[in-house]
Amino acid sequence: MAALAACAPARAESVPKRVVSMNLCTDQLAMLIADEDQLHSVSHLAADPGASVLAGRAGAYVVNHGLAEEIFLMRPDLVIAGTYTTRTTVALLRRLGFRVEEFAPETGFDDIRQNIARMGAILGRRDRAAALTAALDAGLAALAASPAEGAVAVYSSNSYTVGPGSLADAVIAETGLDNIAAAMGISGAGRLPLESLIAADPDLVVTGAQRFDDPALAQENFRHPAFRAFARQTAEVDIPDKYWLCGAPFTLIAARILKRAARRLEAGQE
Amino acid sequence: MSEPARYRLLLALLGGATTVLFVLSLTVGPAAIGFGDSLAALVSGDGGAIVLIMREIRLPRALLGLMIGATLGLSGAALQGYLRNPLAEPGLIGVSASASLGAVLAIYTGLSAAFPLALPLSGLAAAVAGVVVVQALAGMHGGTLTIILAGVAVSSFAGAMTSLALNLSPNPFAALEILFWMLGSLTDRSMDHVWLAGPFILLGWAMLAMLARPLDTLTLGEDAATSLGVDMRRVRFLAVFGTAACVGAATAVAGAIGFVGLVVPHLLRPLVGARPSRLLPASALGGACVLMMADILVRLIAPGRDLKLGVLTAIVGAPFFLWLIWRSRGRLT
Repeated sequence: MAALAACAPARAESVPKRVVSMNLCTDQLAMLIADEDQLHSVSHLAADPGASVLAGRAGAYVVNHGLAEEIFLMRPDLVIAGTYTTRTTVALLRRLGFRVEEFAPETGFDDIRQNIARMGAILGRRDRAAALTAALDAGLAALAASPAEGAVAVYSSNSYTVGPGSLADAVIAETGLDNIAAAMGISGAGRLPLESLIAADPDLVVTGAQRFDDPALAQENFRHPAFRAFARQTAEVDIPDKYWLCGAPFTLIAARILKRAARRLEAGQE
Repeated sequence: MSEPARYRLLLALLGGATTVLFVLSLTVGPAAIGFGDSLAALVSGDGGAIVLIMREIRLPRALLGLMIGATLGLSGAALQGYLRNPLAEPGLIGVSASASLGAVLAIYTGLSAAFPLALPLSGLAAAVAGVVVVQALAGMHGGTLTIILAGVAVSSFAGAMTSLALNLSPNPFAALEILFWMLGSLTDRSMDHVWLAGPFILLGWAMLAMLARPLDTLTLGEDAATSLGVDMRRVRFLAVFGTAACVGAATAVAGAIGFVGLVVPHLLRPLVGARPSRLLPASALGGACVLMMADILVRLIAPGRDLKLGVLTAIVGAPFFLWLIWRSRGRLT
């Protein structure tokens, strides 16, 4: 495996023609960057409209489920995977002699730029990657030109929130808002008790937008009378999970939605 | 000190402890609110954040801790007296497991969302079915072993049906959710839950309280009790439906919390002179104390982790139970 990893950079120069992606986030990056007919297959999650921004375009590709057997039969010259999922499949594919490139999940906009550039290099599409990064940077610069003010809390199903070290926190930081989770010592993902949310009294609360229709206990926290009373006094904004589940150029949309909500709030207060 | 005086002193002490723990339960929580401020917010009128937290989050939690703890203690004492068996307890004889099954069915068919009363009602109905089956299996003169075996059978059947219901649920995370829910918790319950479960719990208490005198007579044996004018059918009805009503409703809102109903009557029995009529109120107060103490500890030990109540009661209760068995193994057969 060490030998394979060592010769990978040399082989990266030869442009792959039959690429298989096994992870929702690499699926979307590859769909944005790859040349026509270069990407052969994406994971089944890429077609899930709740999780994937590019769900409408996923139908053009063969679907895989991250199983070594089906990937082997596709005879790809490059497999792209995430570093946290399908670990055993990746090890097996490498043993079978496939070239596998792994992408770590993005926790900030620097990670997004790096992953876009690396995907461009691997697929031999550096120009396309550079154009996407330029558009992303322009969007971020526009956001930074007029930062919003105020405290925001993310409150999702099961009372989960996100703090520093997560992509959502990076998005909040770009808008200029303060994430209350940081002051509470929550890093990454953590639980935000309803009491603490109400006591912190943020200006804006971001609720996980993907509400399930199926009966579930996970959303009892939104039905609690105390939350309903709190939500009546506080501005609430829904950001569809798919925009900040994966870091990509479209993560900018999450920042824009948040910024717009903060602006509406400021306008209402004046 | 005479025996009635000692009994009154015990009740007064337990009542005092219950009051203190109830107030503590109101003042402990992740949001740092001063002792005086939090109690003032309960009675004062303005609609600030503290008032919202106190009235809609902490008050229902403390009330449910009080009611459910008392339910577990009372039903444990009543079942032990009625079945004349020291191992009878809602959890051990399968009432909790069947009530959980009822609650799971109500939650995951979407019935409880459409019709809130369905949650306690279906918990209650399943609990009644559980007690009736255990009683049918063990018979009126069932010994320790038959009761436990019947309880094991009912519990595992209810557990299997719960798993089946979760497998068939359209929500892929249902099994995971319920795994944690079944461990019991009072986190973020609301006044809605109090109003839903409260009437059934009070009804159950009233039925179990009517058992006090018949249970005293029943200590002489069933034949003697019948000849003294105790209507055994009425006793059975009160014990079965009283337990099912309060434990069913309690389980439906808070999950299955074990060991309180088993341990508390055992702790208090030597102090009340082994009379069921005295054990019932003492055990209710004792159960409330134990559960509120556990619920306070859960919030102090690991505030951010939502530690489950049932985990804590089992960690403390199971070793105690083992000690109980070891101490009295000669007398249990």
